[in-house]
Amino acid sequence: MAKPKLAIYWAASCGGCDIAILDIEDKILDVANFFDLAFWPCAADFKYKDVAAMPDKSITLTLFNGAIRSSENLEIAELLRAKSVVMCAFGSCASEGCIPGLANLTTLKEICDYAYLKSPSTVNPEQIIPQPKTKVPEGEISIPVLWNTVRTLPQVIDVDYIIPGCPPQSNQIAAVIEAVIDILQNGKPLPPKGTVLGATDKSCCDECPRKRDVKKIKKFVRPFSIVPDPDICLMEQGIVCCGPATRSGCGAKCVIAGVPCRGCYGLPSHIRDQGAKMVSAIGSVIDSQDPEEIERIIATIPDPMGTFYRFSLPDSLLRRNQA
Amino acid sequence: MSKVSIEIDGKPIEVESGTYLLEAVRDLGVDIPAPCRYPYLKPKPSCRLCSVEISEGADSVSKIVTSCNYPVTAGLKVLTNSEKAIEARRAALNNLIGRTAPTTLLGDLAAQFKIDNPKWGHKYVTCIFCKLCIRVCDELVGAKALSFKKVTDQDTTSIKLDPEKCILCGACAFVCPTNHIKLEEAQDRPVVHSEMSLGPNAAISLTFRQAVPNVPRIHTEQCIHFTMGGCQVCSEVCPKDAIHYDQPDQIEEIEVGTVIMATGFQDFDPTPMKQFGYGKYPNVISAIEFEQMNNAAGSTGGKILLENGAEPRSIAILHCIGSRDDNYHKYCSRVCCMYALKFAHLAKEKTDAEVYQLYIDMRAFGKGYEEFYHRLLDEGVNVIRGKGAEVVPVSYKRSAEGGLIVRCEDTLIGKFREIPVDMVILCTALEARSDAAAVGRKFNISTGADGWYIEAHPKLAPVSTTTEGIFLAGVCQGAKDIPDAVAQGSAAAAQAMRLLNKGEVLMDAAYAEIQEQFCSGCRICNGLCPYNAISYEEAKKVSYINSALCKACGTCVAGCPTGAIKARHFTDEQIYAQIEGILT
Repeated sequence: MAKPKLAIYWAASCGGCDIAILDIEDKILDVANFFDLAFWPCAADFKYKDVAAMPDKSITLTLFNGAIRSSENLEIAELLRAKSVVMCAFGSCASEGCIPGLANLTTLKEICDYAYLKSPSTVNPEQIIPQPKTKVPEGEISIPVLWNTVRTLPQVIDVDYIIPGCPPQSNQIAAVIEAVIDILQNGKPLPPKGTVLGATDKSCCDECPRKRDVKKIKKFVRPFSIVPDPDICLMEQGIVCCGPATRSGCGAKCVIAGVPCRGCYGLPSHIRDQGAKMVSAIGSVIDSQDPEEIERIIATIPDPMGTFYRFSLPDSLLRRNQA
Repeated sequence: MSKVSIEIDGKPIEVESGTYLLEAVRDLGVDIPAPCRYPYLKPKPSCRLCSVEISEGADSVSKIVTSCNYPVTAGLKVLTNSEKAIEARRAALNNLIGRTAPTTLLGDLAAQFKIDNPKWGHKYVTCIFCKLCIRVCDELVGAKALSFKKVTDQDTTSIKLDPEKCILCGACAFVCPTNHIKLEEAQDRPVVHSEMSLGPNAAISLTFRQAVPNVPRIHTEQCIHFTMGGCQVCSEVCPKDAIHYDQPDQIEEIEVGTVIMATGFQDFDPTPMKQFGYGKYPNVISAIEFEQMNNAAGSTGGKILLENGAEPRSIAILHCIGSRDDNYHKYCSRVCCMYALKFAHLAKEKTDAEVYQLYIDMRAFGKGYEEFYHRLLDEGVNVIRGKGAEVVPVSYKRSAEGGLIVRCEDTLIGKFREIPVDMVILCTALEARSDAAAVGRKFNISTGADGWYIEAHPKLAPVSTTTEGIFLAGVCQGAKDIPDAVAQGSAAAAQAMRLLNKGEVLMDAAYAEIQEQFCSGCRICNGLCPYNAISYEEAKKVSYINSALCKACGTCVAGCPTGAIKARHFTDEQIYAQIEGILT
């Protein structure tokens, strides 16, 4: 019997997800034993035409990481969807947009202007900005089109499961892989479509060992400006911690180390907008009745968009800057 | 204590052994002057006016002693009015007169002892050196603030006060037999109106006359015993031994099924409205002060008097002080128009004064009220439609005389008017008590923008609150007059009885609940609930909502960052569906 086929692809992403897959240590050998690697551009040399040549539904599982922000990302997403039985949005970029998604706060033109013209480290005296199509003596050549708006994988194709995290924690990846092998070997039923794998329904606070009390915040501080008490909830110490509105599953590694949760595991099952929930939670615990004082306290939160929507902007109710 | 027999002026009597002679003599009704005696200090003869002649035993020689500190012994014979005794007292009196300035006390005594042309030793200093003030301050009060001082240029001594040590108790002035020590200097506003204060003016007093239970209490912040540790005179005089200084405050917990809030209002303080000069001009008084004055048991015995004790010739009554005013309270206090008319009626009845009413609108809307207004018009009260704008003294040079001018615009004749009056009554607004919000939080009821408690529904549930079982009565819910307050109180009582009779409470089906399986115990919701319905279960590490307390306001639902709190009947899904329904 032929081995089940596994595909792993990276769209708009940093590569951290691929490294996280390798980070499962000796379990990677099980992966190699059990699966036939059909496609993994990061790790091995495959061509798109090889995938296109496969029959539909011939890949058992695709782990797709990275957001969709270019014509190439979409083309491969659609191709892999057609070829895969199970399509899994792997990591924060694929499932909710993540850091690339913050591009939705600005426009493609501004990004290109900065990257190719204005950035202090750029030397571009001829003011060349890449164009999708370029005429050369040999004819016209083309590169993929970079879009104005970053989208998530579920926004462009039908996705079966989601594995959250930036990147997903290796123990969770290992657990998911084990479960997949279990299902394929022993014929166990698949979880319902849309299930979030490798995480739980509660929030990061559930795994956080810090002691929590009623929160009353008079001033927000940045993590470097205080030495946080190792035993008390970071938010009670004035640090903006996104743990309360972030899905648990990561093991609360950041908060245990004294760094506030940045929210990479995305939104828990019962809410629709992680940033909005975080804003309303933070707004609820500000300890003042005086509008002016409240303004002053809120002003101590640096970069609210980047803090509350760091991972979820394209998937949120806000979607993008409309200007 | 054994009794001993003595003889006073030939009369044999039995007294307790060790009693001071002065008391035994006074018990018999014989009056001996003793200005330096104060019953709560040990006797220490310094005036010697209480001298009597005594002889111990049949054949002993008679002698003069000061009766105030002479303990009786068996067989004592006392002559209070013998020539020798009177001569001794006259000599002592002459001695006192020779050291002091004329006072009523010594003047009367001089006449009594037939001293013509007493040779007063001093022009001003009326101190007779009895030392009572110093001793009361040292021994009873414990402040030790007084001592003798030499008045260098006048060859006499007087009393010196150490202002650092003085606690302003007034005991020295109280015991001073010649009124050499006075308290008046410590007071800013003398004479009549300042005594209208409803607060206590002695350390032991009744809170107010209708207080329940109607017993006096010690105001520890003013009591000498509690501030200095001394005194305890009250426990000495109390025949029932009812005074216990170490009696602790008792906090009683009463379990009740329903609560009626009837916390009332407070009077608006017109001091910040500088244009009316309240607190600055003594004859500008507030409505409650005028009311107090009219009370037959009040400070003036029911007479309407100016600060100087004279009857006013004209009175202006200014409506809407602090109410119907964008700077203070926008609402109408509802009761002022009618009590202002009553004031006019009282003033007309008790004095010959001209009375002016300065009103914005005359709101005589109750049963019989309009008729009362017309009756007042017939009585000759001057009603001026126009709010009093300013109260100024007649002339700043003569402001001490107390004449006032009220400035206003009479909108009916379209003229600016200045009305000279003796007295101005400010009809101050009813306002919510300053602690209404704090008390309300304890009972999970809220206050509106104007500070009054909010009823559950202005038309359909006017005595209920959003908290089941708590009802409102009277002005704490909004300004109203006595008939309205009584009506509302009766309604609240009936509502409370309805619940008590039934013994159970129907709950609204809409309330928030925490879905335990999704709650991570972040405790963000814990401080949000205005009804204190949310608690934290340490064992399960989840928060919990008491559905009996929850009023389904939704604050925690919005605040819950994991969406674990569900507002029953107002779920997110329902609201999204409504939005989608509207948008499609």
